Amino acid sequence: MAKYIVKRIAQALILIIVVACLTFLLMNLVPGGPFLSEKSPSPEVLAAMEAKYGLDQPLPIQLKNYIFHMVHGDFGVSLKMQKNRPVILIIEEMFPISAKIGLIALLIAVSIGIPIGCLSAYYRGTRIDSALRVVMTLGISVPSFVIATLLLLLFCVKLQWLPSIGLTSWQHYILPCAALSFYPMCYTGRLARSSMLDAINQDYIRTAMAKGASTKAIIFKHALRNALIPVLTFLGPLTAFILTGGFVVETVFSIPGLGRYFIQSILVRDYPIIMATTIFLAALVIFMNLIVDIMYRVVDPRIDITKGGN
Amino acid sequence: MSDIKDPEVLLEVINLKKYFDVKIGLGRKNYVKAVEDISFKIHKGETFGLVGESGCGKTTLGRSIIRLIEPTSGKIIYDGDVIFDGDKRKNINMTAYRRKMQIIFQDPSASLDPRMTVGEIIGEALDVHKLFQGKLERKKRIDFLLDRVGLNTEHANRYPHEFSGGQQQRIGIARALAVEPEFIVCDEPISALDVSIQSQIVNMLEDMQEELGLTYLFIAHDLSVVRHISTRIGVMYLGNMVELGDSNEIYHNPLHPYTQTLLSAVPVPDPEVNRNTHRIILEGDVPSPINPPTGCRFHTRCPYAKDICKEKIPEWKEIEPNHFAACHIL
Repeated sequence: MAKYIVKRIAQALILIIVVACLTFLLMNLVPGGPFLSEKSPSPEVLAAMEAKYGLDQPLPIQLKNYIFHMVHGDFGVSLKMQKNRPVILIIEEMFPISAKIGLIALLIAVSIGIPIGCLSAYYRGTRIDSALRVVMTLGISVPSFVIATLLLLLFCVKLQWLPSIGLTSWQHYILPCAALSFYPMCYTGRLARSSMLDAINQDYIRTAMAKGASTKAIIFKHALRNALIPVLTFLGPLTAFILTGGFVVETVFSIPGLGRYFIQSILVRDYPIIMATTIFLAALVIFMNLIVDIMYRVVDPRIDITKGGN
Repeated sequence: MSDIKDPEVLLEVINLKKYFDVKIGLGRKNYVKAVEDISFKIHKGETFGLVGESGCGKTTLGRSIIRLIEPTSGKIIYDGDVIFDGDKRKNINMTAYRRKMQIIFQDPSASLDPRMTVGEIIGEALDVHKLFQGKLERKKRIDFLLDRVGLNTEHANRYPHEFSGGQQQRIGIARALAVEPEFIVCDEPISALDVSIQSQIVNMLEDMQEELGLTYLFIAHDLSVVRHISTRIGVMYLGNMVELGDSNEIYHNPLHPYTQTLLSAVPVPDPEVNRNTHRIILEGDVPSPINPPTGCRFHTRCPYAKDICKEKIPEWKEIEPNHFAACHIL
């Protein structure tokens, strides 16, 4: 197992470098640059600025330099948004804000999503099931900015129960977390429903019935444990994405999180921030996938992750 | 067995029916009549063989009897206690009977929870019925059961997928035996296994029956095995029981045309005999149990069908002593 994890981490490092290279190239394919705007500086000033940040060199050299510095833990400084501030510090400041909301949203999504999925599967074909399915399908198909705006309209404007923007009290967390958790909650619910339905019809459920096990034991001990694998697969990458912040939700509620910052950095071509946030997200996704793969083994003893593949 | 006039009845099934709903388009429903009006008795200590082709309702019948599937109507009496009554819809708690009635499933790998170790699978049954005092006794029981079915006691810590099909079925049997049942439904326990393993399992089931005084309902489509193990045999066709009698009687003197057809289809491992036996080949497929034929359900394929067979459901009658059949021409 230890050998396997070491191998996976080595693979992850290579993958991160590949991601960095691709992002770098794609980023530079987009026309424009950090110092080009409506009020363009004079050509001399522009040239001096580009020379300062090494942007005057040919792309392969720039890439080589970036990877070299990256491997040494230096992700550069912001070019525009917080001029000359190290990118690492910016992420350190923004990530906890996004992660806090993300973590709460994730907990809501899992702790409500899985039970409603089970409920829906248990009462399959009844009105309870139909109602839950409508809600879950709605949650998957309605974009988060619609949900966020509707929540804002209802609770802040009409009812005036909750504050609308910022993050100064615990009440401020309610709406963003609700908006952010709705889609994953519904998706988890649907996954849980379908895999529970599959599990309920398995022979070992009949065996448990024959033993005389209670309905509760049959649902939770036998069916749910076996139904968790697809949910787990979805939860890995989801965790990574939700922790780094929902761009739309952060924008609607004016939350100074990483998700909003990332999109803004793309708009102003703040190259080091784009690079660093992408790499950070990629590393998080890779890490979560590794965790999920290890969890598979815990959930299902038939899966041997150290074998197979290459 | 036929010389015993009135053997003790362990299980009695009266007019049992099981219909499954099938949706055919919006709001419209139809029924699969999987088990239609079946009555029979199983005697203490016997092996009651149940044969019939795939989809005839044998498995549904077996599972309905121990109420793993809720029957639609009819009555089931176990050892004098009514455990299901379609007329009086009162909820009878099955927990006590789950100890007395057990089942061995057809597919051993699918019927064992992949997330539990063998020890947990067997132990759960012990836990539900509180059949032990203290952890040590529980472990002893599990070890004893594993040993009983020819497995190693270390196997308790392994997961079902680590075993071969034959071993998995042994686990299934140990699991069923854990609660010390009186009656076991063997739902095609050997049809998913290699031929070489089949006889081992059959012999083990026979040994246990002798040792523990078990009563079996043995469901199978392999007629030679059923003949070997059964005291009496019931033949099913499309949800109906068409014939019932002592094992030897059914084999040497089959009365119902369907039973005759089934028996003529049994392969004989002797080419000489094989060439000279007349094989009855049925025409057409088994009709759909959603829309079963009127009258005798077998009339669409019966070589002897007459007009009455299409109109009237044949009566279930004792043609010869202890030999029942439902057919107009008898």
